[in-house]
Amino acid sequence: MTDTTDNLHVMNRAALTKRLVGKLANREAVIGGIGNSNWDLWGADKARGENFYMLGSMGLAAPIAFGVAIAQPARRVFALEGDGSLLMQLGCLSTIAAQKPKNLAIILWDNGIYQITGGQGTPAASARTDMVAIARASGIASAAWAADEAEFDALVAKALTTDGPHLIGVKIDNEPGRNQTDRDPIRFRESFSRAMAQPV
Amino acid sequence: MTSAAEAPPTTWHAILRQALKDNDVRLVTYVPDNVLRPLIDGCHADPFFTTFPCAREEEAVGIVTGASMAGMRGIVMMQTSGFATLPNALASLPVAFQVPVLMVVSERGTMGEFNPGQAIVCRTMRPILDSMGIEHHTMTRLDEAAFMADRTIRQAFATRWPACLIISPLLSGARK
Repeated sequence: MTDTTDNLHVMNRAALTKRLVGKLANREAVIGGIGNSNWDLWGADKARGENFYMLGSMGLAAPIAFGVAIAQPARRVFALEGDGSLLMQLGCLSTIAAQKPKNLAIILWDNGIYQITGGQGTPAASARTDMVAIARASGIASAAWAADEAEFDALVAKALTTDGPHLIGVKIDNEPGRNQTDRDPIRFRESFSRAMAQPV
Repeated sequence: MTSAAEAPPTTWHAILRQALKDNDVRLVTYVPDNVLRPLIDGCHADPFFTTFPCAREEEAVGIVTGASMAGMRGIVMMQTSGFATLPNALASLPVAFQVPVLMVVSERGTMGEFNPGQAIVCRTMRPILDSMGIEHHTMTRLDEAAFMADRTIRQAFATRWPACLIISPLLSGARK
């Protein structure tokens, strides 16, 4: 898989979220991070009970997904997280690497900006920080950039069939989220928990 | 079973650990703390629990929230200054979504504290908990510990709301 960020095709978060959700056939849990990660997950399939839409706890999509993965080792769990969000909570990569959850995959949408607050650049983008390299250096061996849509598909297939933890980095464009979720945390928690009570 | 095995626990940390087991709280996340060491060590040593450290308290709240929604009850253990990093995570996650995340905080910054920073941050803890309507009880006496721990944990799950047990130096002995 791709090791450097030099030749990465810039992709679209909404399209890839749809692509990911379309490949989930075994009631996999998907935790959407704050803002656009959430909204595009909602847009991909709002009827899907196994989706969880976080509200304001920026940076906690991966920890929430990790908790689901601990509680249900037989279920595959995905976190969809933005680069600015992950930057707030880089320590969780070491926590996850230390516990080695086999059933966890983190998808990192990296556009280098805080899109929802006005598109300001992240310090990581200015510094050319390689977030996938950070994940690998944190101990997540299966961490790779997806160079294009075909490689994204291959990495998702790997996350669905091999032991994790996995991290898939994706360079995305600046298109805002196409939809907005309802703001109904109790309903989200109830429908997610109900879906998690269903066998895999 | 011998009568020794059936004897009730007699230290604050064994009492707390028993209350967690009695209420099927299996996931123990923590950010290290000296006062909590016997409690954390006891959880590590007991295969009933899945126990591990986190880099940050917010992370632990996220992990326990996720596990709880997927059917596994959990707790976050930390010290006072660590709790002070949590208001946004608590308000927007377990409080907003009504997920019973349990917390144990060892109280530092009172009764002989030598570090002014700890003393000030300690004063923020109860107002933060009160502002979110998070039930908290301060454990000061060994003879009340089992009742307080069990009932607080039970109510958190019954009412689907986070709860916090504060371990006072009066109970733990804390730092000399």
